[in-house]
Formats: sequence, structure tokens, C-alpha cells
Amino acid sequence: MQKRLLGALAVTTMLSPIAAIAQTEVQFWHAFTGRLGELVAAQVEEFNASQSDYVVVQSHKGNYSETLNSGIAAFRAGEQPHILMVFEVGTATMMSAQGATKPVFEVMAQSGATFDADSYIGSVKGYYTTTEGEMLSLPFNSSTPVLWVNRDAFEAAGVDPDTDLSTWQNVGATLDALKAGGSDCPLVTAWQSWIHLENFSAYHDVPFASKDNGFAGLDTELMLNGEAQVAHLTAMGDWAQDGKFIYTGRRNEGGANFRSGECALFTESSAGYAGIKAEAEFDFDVRPLPYWEGVGNAPQNTIIGGASLWVMEGHDDPEYAGVGEFLAFLSSSDVQASWHQNTGYLPITMAAGEATRLAGFYDENPGTDIAVTQMTAKEPTANSKGLRLGSFDQIRGIIDEELEAIWSGDKTAQEAMDSAKARGDALLRRFEAANG
Amino acid sequence: MEKRVKFRGWLLPLLLIAPQVVISAVFFFYPAGQAIWQSLFIPDPFGLSMQYVGLGNFEFLLSDKFYRASFATTAVFSILVTLCSMIPALFLAVIADRLIKGSGVYRTLLIWPYAVAPAVAGVLWLFMFNTRVGVVSWYLGQLGYDWNHVLNGGEAMGLVVVASAWGRISYNFLFFFAALQAVPKSVIEAAAIDGAHFWRRFWTIVLPLLSPTTFFLLVVNVVYSFFETFGVIHTITAGGPQQTTTILVYKVYSDGFVSQDLGSSAAQSVILLIVVGLLTVLQFKFIEKRVHY
Repeated sequence: MQKRLLGALAVTTMLSPIAAIAQTEVQFWHAFTGRLGELVAAQVEEFNASQSDYVVVQSHKGNYSETLNSGIAAFRAGEQPHILMVFEVGTATMMSAQGATKPVFEVMAQSGATFDADSYIGSVKGYYTTTEGEMLSLPFNSSTPVLWVNRDAFEAAGVDPDTDLSTWQNVGATLDALKAGGSDCPLVTAWQSWIHLENFSAYHDVPFASKDNGFAGLDTELMLNGEAQVAHLTAMGDWAQDGKFIYTGRRNEGGANFRSGECALFTESSAGYAGIKAEAEFDFDVRPLPYWEGVGNAPQNTIIGGASLWVMEGHDDPEYAGVGEFLAFLSSSDVQASWHQNTGYLPITMAAGEATRLAGFYDENPGTDIAVTQMTAKEPTANSKGLRLGSFDQIRGIIDEELEAIWSGDKTAQEAMDSAKARGDALLRRFEAANG
Repeated sequence: MEKRVKFRGWLLPLLLIAPQVVISAVFFFYPAGQAIWQSLFIPDPFGLSMQYVGLGNFEFLLSDKFYRASFATTAVFSILVTLCSMIPALFLAVIADRLIKGSGVYRTLLIWPYAVAPAVAGVLWLFMFNTRVGVVSWYLGQLGYDWNHVLNGGEAMGLVVVASAWGRISYNFLFFFAALQAVPKSVIEAAAIDGAHFWRRFWTIVLPLLSPTTFFLLVVNVVYSFFETFGVIHTITAGGPQQTTTILVYKVYSDGFVSQDLGSSAAQSVILLIVVGLLTVLQFKFIEKRVHY
């Protein structure tokens, strides 16, 4: 028995290298765990099963920051993967790394895979293309902030859950009513800088940074201490002091509070959908992100968060052909539509959105199209195309610190944002020096 | 009395110290030299280009008031961690030393926390003090105290100090306990016959005899609080709120590995090198004089 087993082992070990040589291997590093990790693995398997020339090997490399850092460290060691997932905050870093990355439009042209840059949704694609319209990285998972409503919490506090929450003025009045009705947590947020500053600025069509939010050059300066932003943060700070806005942390810690049913309102990414749907034991719905009536050109459009796929330099042409095939597969309408429906991430192509609509998904799951509408209803302006700032992960850390000072009452919104600008600008100058 | 071994020739002594020299060179001098070299540049993250800036990185750092504040934060943090881990350890060791029965059980239980990795300890404490779901913060809330280390710098500092010191108490306990067992019983008995009560014996006999151990632990704990508390801080506060728990080492990590600002990170390492050097000199110059071996 044992001998036969050994024999079988010997045969398989002899056979397996031959099988591996026949297929070109493509390494794909990503940052997804849990449900999202499973979905990515399923996409990769589907691709591998659909053809026999290439085999994509996916590996999880930690959270967004860790994945980017692994990619950078691997590049320095000459061991970089073919495809690296980089969150939107790292976009400027990757764009400046000419010689480390291979633009997606080039990869697609070389590989001969089907690729039509115009089929991608403008406000998603805009984040990852040059000012000449050349796509540098492939948008993969993109989301935008929306307002989640716990209808049961509204009922419990004696507030009509169908109240108009489209403006912050209305939300302010609703928060008063919720608080008066006994709610301990009227409003909670995730990703405060992304939602209440970056998206806030785009949505009200006011600049977040000079030089078209950094798209037009490295000599950009933060402008987040403008009148509109300060007014919003002052209101949020007052709500925090009155116990109407509960601060739970810099990332998506607030999600736990909302999903447990504790909080009535939650500003969070549209991609919070998968988690909320799975865990919430209350009646919820989703609304567009509120705006201040009469401030800027609100509502303009919101911007994306999430990640894109970068192709790394330093591999052979046949391998790049495989990369091209895989990226084309990911962009295909079916793959995109199911990704969009499963996760709450935006579809990256018009066709995927249309397929989802035709399949009746939006009718069955009301509100899931709000994110798409919110992003695509208006043509993006220079203020709402996105952000392209160097050292932005670090700058977000600074913004988080200053926002915390507002919530705790240590600083006024104006003081905090002036300080965030001064500190952030110093980092932008360093980035300019390193990449100029 | 001095013991001295005399070698004939140079070869053998050189050979004997070679392993230590090689290890120091590979793991200390080479990286330290690299850090000094890198601190003069602003490199891009991918290592594709480097911009020579002279002392620009140092200028940038020292003009940053948060970096300057980080020195004070580090000092406060290290002193608190050292005190909070050594005093309870000594107290527990003295008590366990007096036990006649069952000291083995106590000893084992007290050593347990040392087996917990810093990052895990951090998560553990974070769960207990989580502002919304933590058990301890819930009880504090019942008592009318609104615990929020996410926004309150003092509370954040308290939490990282306790979480860092906790596992360390075991380690210190072990050393103190062993040292206490080594205190000659005859000296203590003689003092007892002379009428010295327990605390008097402790202050005049036991504590001086413990001084080599105490000094050793002081050095080790300061080094620990400087360099090994990283995991705790990373998991509990990530240096926040408003950098009130950003110690120097944590800033080296976050600037270098999160923000990819390797120039600034290297400059910080160089400054840290100088600080630790000074600290070592101070410790050996002033404190060791008071140690009786």
C-alpha cells in the first residue's frame, strides 16, 4: 500500500513541473480578505479555467497600505509581482514611479487583448488616467460614500424614517429629533477624511488642493481650510460636542456600531453594502450623501475610493500578454456586473451598469444604484475629478489627527484645518523634492 | 585578586572575538552606516532616484513641532513603562518570596503574561477598553466615567503604558524573584535578631543587594520601552490621538514604512542612535556607580 502511494507521489512530482511549464504564470497581489477575498479568488479561478495559456496566482498581502509596501519592497528586491493592487491614496506615488510601472494602455496595446478605454465610466477612470487620457492603472474596486439609514432606530426615536435627508440642514434637524427621542448614537461615520473632506469638497465643487487637486502638477497646495469645509466641520464638531455625532475611529470602526443597530445614521462607502446586508437585523435603506443647500455647486458629484491594478515593470513579454488577457477578463461586462452586485462596489464599465439594470437588480435591491447615480449624474469638474496628491496616506493621517482635535473640542475647525494645511503642505514639498 | 588570562600572540584572541565583531559589523555598523548615508537624501519609494539634500532631512524634522514633542512623549512613556513594570514586579516578588506553600503556582501564573506577544497584548487591552464594546469602558461608563482613548490623549497614553508594562511585569518578576532567593538568609536573620522589622530589613539589606538586578532590569526595560513596545502602540492607538502616543521608534516606522518617506525615516534613526548612545553613557556613568555587586 505504502509502496503504491510512494509510486503515485513520484509520478505526480514528475508530471507537475511539465504541466507548469506549459502555462505562463502571472502573479497578482491584492489586499482582500473575507468575503471580498473569496470573490477575488473566484474571479481568478474562473479566468484560469477559461483558457489554458496562462495561470494567474493570487496572493493576499495584508491591508491596502501593507500590500503597497510589499509591492514596493518586492520591486526593490527585484521580485515584484506582475499585478499589484494599490489603493487610490497611493495613486500619486505609483504615477511618479516611472520605470517601476508599466501603463495599462501600453500593456493592453502590446497584448492585443480587447480594450476600449471609452467603455469605462469617466469619473472612475479619471482617477487613474493621465491628463492626456491614457489609462495608467485598471480601476478594480471603486466605491463612493453614501448615507446608510437604520429605519428601526428612527422609529424607536419617534422620527419618520422617510424624512428627507438630502441636505445637511435636514440631517441636522433630524439629529436633534433623534437625540430628543433618546438615540445614543444618532450619527456615526467611517473614513472621516475621505467622506467629510475629500468627497465633501468634490460634492460642493470647491477645491481640496490647488492645481486641480494635484492633477495639474506636483507644486500643489492643500486648500481644505476653505470656508465651505470649515463650516461643515464646525457643524460636525458641534454635533460631536452635543453627542449627536459619535466618533469611533479613523477607519471603518463605526461600521460595527451601525450594523449592531446602535446608530441611526452612518456615512460610509457604498461598498459597506455587503457587510450591512449580511449582518444588520434591522430595516435599513441607503440615501445619497447629504450636501449643504446653497454651498458651492452642490450637489456636484462624489469621488471614488478603493483600489486599482498596477502592472509592474521588469517581466517578459509573454507574461505581459497574460496580464493583458486577465485585465480584459476582469473588465468584461459579466464579471463586472456580478462584482458590482455582490459587493456594492461601482461597476467600472457602462456596460456592466447597464447589464445590472436590465437584470432587474436595482429594482430588487432599492438604493444600490444610488452610488452610481451620485457619481455619474454630472460631468466632473476640476474640483471633482479626484485627488492626486503625493504622500497622501501620511497627509490623511495628519487630517485625521486634526479632525480628532475638532471632535474633542481642543481646536476650532478653522484652527485645525489651517494646521492640517501647513503640515500637509510641508509633506507635499518633500514629495515634490523627491519626485521633481 | 585580578584574574587575567595571558595569551601568547594575537591570533587566538582575535579569533575568539571575531564572531562578536562580525555580528556587530553585519547587524549594527553596516545598517547604521547605511542609515547615516540615507539620511542625507530624499529617495523615492521605489529606489529609482535619490535627491541629495545634505542636512535637509534633519532640518525638516527638527522644525516639526510634533517631532520635537515626540521626544517628551518618548521620555514620559519610557519612564512610566519602566516604573509600572518594575515596581509591581518587585512587590509581587517580595510577596511570593515570603510564601512557604504554593509559591510555584503563583510563580507560574505570574510568568504567563510574558508569553503573550506585544501585538496580541495590545489587541487584548484594546478589546477591554474599546470605547463602544469594551468591558472595562462599559463598567467605567456605569460609574459615570466616559472613557474615550480615541480622542483623549491622556487616556490613550495610560492605556498603551499599561498594555506595554503588563507583560513586562512577569519578566521583571522572574529576575527579582531569583535575586531575592539569592539574598543570604544569615544576613537577614542577623538583622532580625537585632530587632529590625521587615520593611527596615528590606530597605537596608535586601534592596541594596538587589541593586545589580535592578540596574540590569532598568537598562533592559528602558530598551524595551524604546524599541519593543511598537506592536502595542501600533495595535491600540497607531500613535494617536494627535500624536500623543507617537514615540520616536513608532514615528520611524510610520514615516518609513507606511508613508515611504525613507529619507526622513533614516534621519530619525540617526537621531535615535545618538539618543540611545547618550542614554547608555548616562546610565553607566551615573547609575551604575550606585550599584553594589
